[in-house]
Amino acid sequence: ADAGRSRFAARPRVSRAGGVAVEAERLVSSVWVLLARSRSMGSRCGRVCWKWGSPLRRLTGFSRLLSTAVLAPQICVVGSGPAGFYTAQHLLKHHRLARVDIYEKLPVPFGLVRFGVAPDHPEVKNVINTFTQTAHSDRCSYYGNITIGKDVTVKELQRAYHAVVLSYGAEDNRILGIPGENLSGVYSARAFVGWYNGLPENRDLKPDLSSETAVVLGQGNVALDVARVLLSPLDILGKTDITEGSLAAIACSKIKRVWLVGRRGPLQVAFTIKELREMINLPGTRPLLDPADFTGLGDVVKDVPRPRKRLTELMVKSALEKPGEKEASRWAAATKEWGLKFQRSPLEVLPAADGKQARGIRMAVTRLEGSGESARAVPTGEVEELECGLILSSIGYRSLPLDSLIPFDPKLGIIPNSLGRVQGTPGLYCSGWVKRGPTGVIITTMNDSFDTAQSVLEDLQSGVLDLSNTKEGFKSVRSILHSRGVHPVTFSDWETIDAAEVARGKLAGKPREKIVDPQEMLQLISH
Amino acid sequence: CRRSRGTGGPPAAAQLALTSCNLFDSSADRVTVHFINRDGERLTAMAKEGESLLEVVVNQNLGIDGFGACEGTLACSTCHLIFEEDVFQKLDAITDEELDMLDLAYGLTDTSRLGCQVCVKKVMDGLTVQVPMEVADMRRGLEVGKQSK
Repeated sequence: ADAGRSRFAARPRVSRAGGVAVEAERLVSSVWVLLARSRSMGSRCGRVCWKWGSPLRRLTGFSRLLSTAVLAPQICVVGSGPAGFYTAQHLLKHHRLARVDIYEKLPVPFGLVRFGVAPDHPEVKNVINTFTQTAHSDRCSYYGNITIGKDVTVKELQRAYHAVVLSYGAEDNRILGIPGENLSGVYSARAFVGWYNGLPENRDLKPDLSSETAVVLGQGNVALDVARVLLSPLDILGKTDITEGSLAAIACSKIKRVWLVGRRGPLQVAFTIKELREMINLPGTRPLLDPADFTGLGDVVKDVPRPRKRLTELMVKSALEKPGEKEASRWAAATKEWGLKFQRSPLEVLPAADGKQARGIRMAVTRLEGSGESARAVPTGEVEELECGLILSSIGYRSLPLDSLIPFDPKLGIIPNSLGRVQGTPGLYCSGWVKRGPTGVIITTMNDSFDTAQSVLEDLQSGVLDLSNTKEGFKSVRSILHSRGVHPVTFSDWETIDAAEVARGKLAGKPREKIVDPQEMLQLISH
Repeated sequence: CRRSRGTGGPPAAAQLALTSCNLFDSSADRVTVHFINRDGERLTAMAKEGESLLEVVVNQNLGIDGFGACEGTLACSTCHLIFEEDVFQKLDAITDEELDMLDLAYGLTDTSRLGCQVCVKKVMDGLTVQVPMEVADMRRGLEVGKQSK
C-alpha cells in the first residue's frame, strides 16, 4: 500500500492563464476536497485540518461570491446501472460542488441490478439502497425515458456539460455464429434473463419450455442462474420478484434436465463457488457429474490459488465422494437434474422434422492445449449430438456503439479508453462494462467506476476540464427534449412506480410485481 | 454477531445501527479500532463491543468508498479487510459462506477477512486493519503519465 501518499497528491499542477476567479476556484476545489475528507476522518485528523482550514474558509467564501456560476462542474452520466450510479456517487462524494445528472433509456433505473441479478438473489440488490441515497442528493438528478443518441445526442450533452461519462453497459449478446442458431427454441441467456426479470424488450419472448432437456452453452454464473430458474421449486420462485408471466410459463414447463456445456474443462469453469454450492443444494434436484471428468483433479489444484482450488475441490467432492445420508435421499427423491458437460464446442443446432424447431445440438469434442485460464479448446475431429428442445447461449454480453462519433472497438466491444478517459475525445469518459468488457460482479464495476470518477476529478483539478466555460447542464437539455416531445421520468416518478410494484407484489406474497410495459409505467406517472 | 442473509430493505445505516444499538446501553465499553484507508490515511473509530467492523464503518460514517455494498448479507466482498497476523489468528473461525465471498476479493491475503463477519471484542482494543488496495488503484499508480494501449 502506498502509505501516507494521497492519490490527490499525484495530480499534476497545471497552471493556466486566467482571472482571480479561476485561480481561486482551483484553490477552493482543493480546500473543499480537503475539508470534505477531513470531515470524514476520525476526530484527531479532523482537528488538525480544521485548524489551518479556517483562514482559507474566509478566502473560499469570498471567491465563491465572485464566481459561483463558474465553480460548479456540470457532469452527465449516461446509464443508471451500477456503473452510472457508482461513478456519480464517487464524484458527488469527492467534489463538494459538482452536479451530476444521470440519464437512463428506460423509465426505471438500476440497469442489471434490476434486470440481470437473479430473482432469488435479493441480497445482491441491496446496492439499490445506496444508489437511492445518491439519487436523493441535492446535487444529483435522475432523468429516465431518455435515449441518448436518439432523443439527445452525445454532442448536445457535451455542449451542456463539462464532462460526459458513458456507462451504458452491454445490451446485446455475443452470437454463436453456427447454423440453426435462429431456430425456434434457441435464445440468448441474456434475453431469457431479461424475460424472467421483466426487461420490457424481452417480455414477449415466450420461450419454448415444452421439451424435457435444455442445453445451456457456457459455464459462467449466468448459465447457473438460468439453470437454477428453470429447475427451482415453484414455491421458492413464487416468493421472489420474478415476473408473473414468466412464473406462469415456468409452472407449465416440462423441462426436467439442464446441461451446462463448456468448450474447455472443469479447471476453466467461469462460475464461482457460491453459485455452484447453491446449485448443488437446489431442492428437488440432483447433480449429474461424470466422475471421469474429475478423477485426479484434486491433486492438480493443490498448489493453485485458493479461489480456483476451493471451486474445483467442491466439484470433485460432489462428483467423486459418496454423498451423506441426507444428501443421498434428497438426490434419490429428486425429479429434476442438472449436469456439466466439458470439452464440447457447438457446431450446429439440429432442426426437427418441420425445419423450424430445434431438436438437438451437434457438438465438436475438443481437447485442451495449455492449462489453466489460458488453455485453448482444439477440435479432435470427434462429434457428439445431444437431444434437447431448448438451447440458451450464455457466452457473454456485448456492448453496442451509441453514436457514430464516439470511438468504439467492435472487436473488443468496448470504448477505447485510458483509465476511463475516452481516447481522442477530451471531456468524454466511460465506466463499467462498456469500458472494460462485460464481465465481473458488482464490486468489479464499483472499483472501475471509482477509477473513472477519479480521472474526472483529476481533470477538473488540473484544468483539463475548463470550468471557466459555463455549462447549463440539464437546463439546456430540457429545452431540447421539450422541442422533441420527450418527457423525462424523474426519480420521484420512479418512486411512484416502485411503490405500485411493491403494493402489487404484496398481494401475491412477493417483494414486488414488476411492471413490464413501459407505457403502463408512463401512464402510472401520468406522462 | 454474524450477519446472515437479509433481503433488500431499509438503508444500511438505519438497519445496522438499529441492530447494534439494541444490544447495549450507552455505558458499554468502547473499543478503539483504526482503519488504514486505501490512500494511507488512518481513520480511528470508537466501536461498541459486539458490533461488526462493517457496522463500525457505517455507523461512524468513515470515509471508505464503496464499503459494504450488500449490507452485510455475504453477497459481495466490498468489506474486505486485512488483519495483522496475531490478531487474525484470534478471530472466530471463518465459515464456508464467508470464504466463498472472500475468494472473490481483490488483493486477497492470508490474513484477510470480511468486515461484516468480524465482531469487535474488548481484547481487540487498538486493533489496526488495512483496507485493501483495489486493482484499479494499483494500475493507476503504475500508469501515471503513461497512456495504456
